[in-house]
Amino acid sequence: MHPIVEAAKGEKLLLLGNEAIVRGALEGGLRVAAAYPGTPSSEIGNLLFQIERDLPGLYFEFSTNEKVAMEVAAAAAASGLRSLTCMKHVGLNVAADALMTLAYIGVRGGMVIITADDPSCHSSQNEQDNRLYARFSGLPMLEPTTPDEARRMTAYAFELSEKLELPVILRTTTRVSHARAVVDTDELPDYSQPVKGRFEKDPRRWVPVPAVARVRHQVLLEKIREATVLADGSSWNRILGEGDFGIITSGVAVNYVLDALEELGLEGKVKVLVLGFTHPHPTGLLANFLKGIETCLVVEELEPFLEEAARLVAQERGLSTNILGKATGHLPRLYEFTPGLVKGALIRALGLEEQKPERPDLSWVPELPPRPPTLCPGCPHRETYLVVKEVLEELGEAENTIYPTDIGCYTLGLLPPIQMADYLICMGSSVGSSCGFSVATDQRIVSFIGDSTFFHAGLSPLASAVYNKHRFTLVIMDNETTAMTGHQPVPSQELRWPGLEDRPRIDLEAVVKALGVPQVVTINPYRKEEAKAAVKPILASNELGVIISKAPCILFRGRAKK
Amino acid sequence: MTKLRILAVGVGGQGILLFSRVLGETCLNEGLPVAMSEVHGMAQRGGVVETNIVLGWKSPLISEGEADVLVGLEPVETLRALPRCRRDTVIISSTDPVVPQIVKDGLATYPELEPALAKLRETFDRVYLFPGEKLAKEAGTSRALNMVVLGALAGSGLLPLSKEAFLNSLRKLVKPKYIEANEKAFEAGFNVIK
Repeated sequence: MHPIVEAAKGEKLLLLGNEAIVRGALEGGLRVAAAYPGTPSSEIGNLLFQIERDLPGLYFEFSTNEKVAMEVAAAAAASGLRSLTCMKHVGLNVAADALMTLAYIGVRGGMVIITADDPSCHSSQNEQDNRLYARFSGLPMLEPTTPDEARRMTAYAFELSEKLELPVILRTTTRVSHARAVVDTDELPDYSQPVKGRFEKDPRRWVPVPAVARVRHQVLLEKIREATVLADGSSWNRILGEGDFGIITSGVAVNYVLDALEELGLEGKVKVLVLGFTHPHPTGLLANFLKGIETCLVVEELEPFLEEAARLVAQERGLSTNILGKATGHLPRLYEFTPGLVKGALIRALGLEEQKPERPDLSWVPELPPRPPTLCPGCPHRETYLVVKEVLEELGEAENTIYPTDIGCYTLGLLPPIQMADYLICMGSSVGSSCGFSVATDQRIVSFIGDSTFFHAGLSPLASAVYNKHRFTLVIMDNETTAMTGHQPVPSQELRWPGLEDRPRIDLEAVVKALGVPQVVTINPYRKEEAKAAVKPILASNELGVIISKAPCILFRGRAKK
Repeated sequence: MTKLRILAVGVGGQGILLFSRVLGETCLNEGLPVAMSEVHGMAQRGGVVETNIVLGWKSPLISEGEADVLVGLEPVETLRALPRCRRDTVIISSTDPVVPQIVKDGLATYPELEPALAKLRETFDRVYLFPGEKLAKEAGTSRALNMVVLGALAGSGLLPLSKEAFLNSLRKLVKPKYIEANEKAFEAGFNVIK
C-alpha cells in the first residue's frame, strides 16, 4: 500500500503539492478520475494510477486526451459519483469544448477540474493563465498557496461542487504543484468496496439542445450569483493585519508577500487580503476591503485577473482607492514571480528605501558551459532522425524540406546537430500543419509525432489528410510510452506496466492502414541501412505516407515488461 | 526558530531529489517547518537541476542574494548559482566535474577549475570544497555523491539536526541494498567538514 494511502488521520507527511491534491481527493471521497499527463500536473495522474490497484473503491484511467478525460469525469459526476480530472494548462484548451457546455448542464456528484499552470514555461509552449477559463466558463475556482492548502481545498471542492451542482476548477501553478512541504492528513473514507452511481435521465437537464441550453445558461448565471455569496463568506478568503496600505494576493505569491512583509518588519502593519476562492470574484469582500484603505497593491502572477476585478468593484461602488499592479507597472504580466521581485514591488509601492545586501564581486567567474536538455544517450529518436536525414540528403531534398514537429521528447530534434523541427503549435499540430504546408508551398514536408501524441490529437488530422489528398510524410516515433511526462501507458504499447498485461493492444500500422493512408512502412531505427532502404520510396514520393519508427524508450525498457 | 534558505544545485542524474527528500524528511521528523521547490519534467537528465529548501520561511523559492547556504553537487553549477549568494553565504560543494555533452561535442568549453575555486575561497567567508565523487567511490559507489554532500551539510552544524536524525531518514528512503554504501558516503561527507 502506498504511504499516501496508509497514513492515518493526523499523521504528517512531506508531500509535493500534486501528491497532497491526491490525498485531499481521497479524503473528499473521490471515486472516478481520468487524466492525460502533462507537466506540471503529471504526478497527480501517476499517483492515482499507482494507488488505484490497491483501492477497489477507486477508478482511474489515463485517457487518450484531456477532453476524453473530462467527459469520463463529467459522466461519473452526472451519475452521482465524486470525480476528478487533471491536466496541464494547455490541456484545458483541448478539453475546453467539454468545459464550456458542462458548465451549463452541471453535475450531481462533486467534480473537480485541476489545471496546473506553468508561468515561465518551465515545460510548456506558452504560459496562458487558466484563471480566465473560470471567468469564461462561469465556473467556481479555488487557488491553493501551499501543498497542505491544496489538500484541504481539493476535499472542500467536492462539497462546493455538489452544493452548486457545478464542476469546480482547482488551479495550481508549477510552484504549488512542485513545492514539497509538510502536509496534515484527515480521515479517509472506506475504499475497500467498488461503488457504482446511477444516472437518472432528465433530457431537459443533460441534453443541451438550443431550447435546453438557453434555460441552462440562465441557471448558470443564477449559480454564479449564489457562488459569489459563498466566495464573499469563504474562509479561504481572509484578511491579515491592519493599515491604510492594502495588498490583494493569491496563489504562490501569497507566500512571497508574507515573507517580504516579515523581512521588511511590516507584519501586521499592512492589510493583506489573501484570496483562495477567486472566482466568482468575492465582490462584496473586495468592496469592503478597498473601502478601508488608501492604496492597494495587487500581487498575482500572469494576467491582471484580481486587479481588474478590484478596479471594476471600485468603479461600481465609486471608491477612490489607488489600485497598483500590472497596469501601473509595479509588477510584470510575464513569467513567474520570485520572492525578490515581490519584495522590490512592495518597497516601491510603499516608497521605502531599499536595503541591498552586500553582493560580492563575481566578475572573476569564468564563462560557464550551458547544459541544454538533450535526448538521452541511446535514445531511439536520434536514430530515427538520422535515418530520415540521411535519406533526404541522398535524395538532395534535405534543404527543401519543412519539418513540422509535435509535443514530446523528440521536440529536442530542434537542437543541433539534428535540427529537424521547424514548426510547432500544440499537440497534434504536426499533422494538421503538414496539410496546410502541402497546399501552401511546393516544399517537401516530413513531420514527426510521438505515439501518445498521435492517439491524443493525430488521428483526426490524418483522416483529413487522406480525404483531402494532402502530400507529406508523417513519421510516428513509436517509443511505446508517453516518455516525457514519466512513462504513462499508450494504447499501442507492447511493453506494459504490471497490471496492464490484459489490456487490448491497438496496432498502429493497422490503424494507419485502416484510415486509408496509401503508403505505410514500419522500421527499426537502430537497423539503419535496412530502415533507410524501407523509407526511401515514401520520402521520394509525392503522396501521403506514414513511417512508423518502432523502438521503445530506453528508460522505459528498463522499467516495464513485455 | 531556525530560519534558513538552502539552495542545492547539481546536474540531472546526480540524485539531488533524493538529497532533498532525505533532508526534508529529517526536518519533518524533527518538527522543523520545511518547504521546498523542485524542478521536474522536460528531459532533466544532464541538465541543470536545483532544489530550494527553506526552513521557517513560507516562500519555497530563493531569489538573488538570498541563499544562506549553497550546496553544490558539481563545481560549475556551484559557480553558476553564486548570484543567489551573499558574502556570508556558506558554500559547500563537491569539486568533481560533470562535463556536459555540449563540451564533449566541442561546442563549449569547461572552465579551468583551480583558479576559479581559489577565487571562490577568497570571495566568500566560509567555503568547504571536497572531491565528492571520489569520496563516494571510496564509500562503495560514486552514485552516493548526493549522500556525501548531505553528510557535509550535516557536519557543517548549520542545521539543528543530529547526525542520527539524518541517518534515520536515510535508512528509510534509500533502497535496502544501497543503505550501507550510502551511510558510509554520508559519514565521509560529515567528517570532511566537521
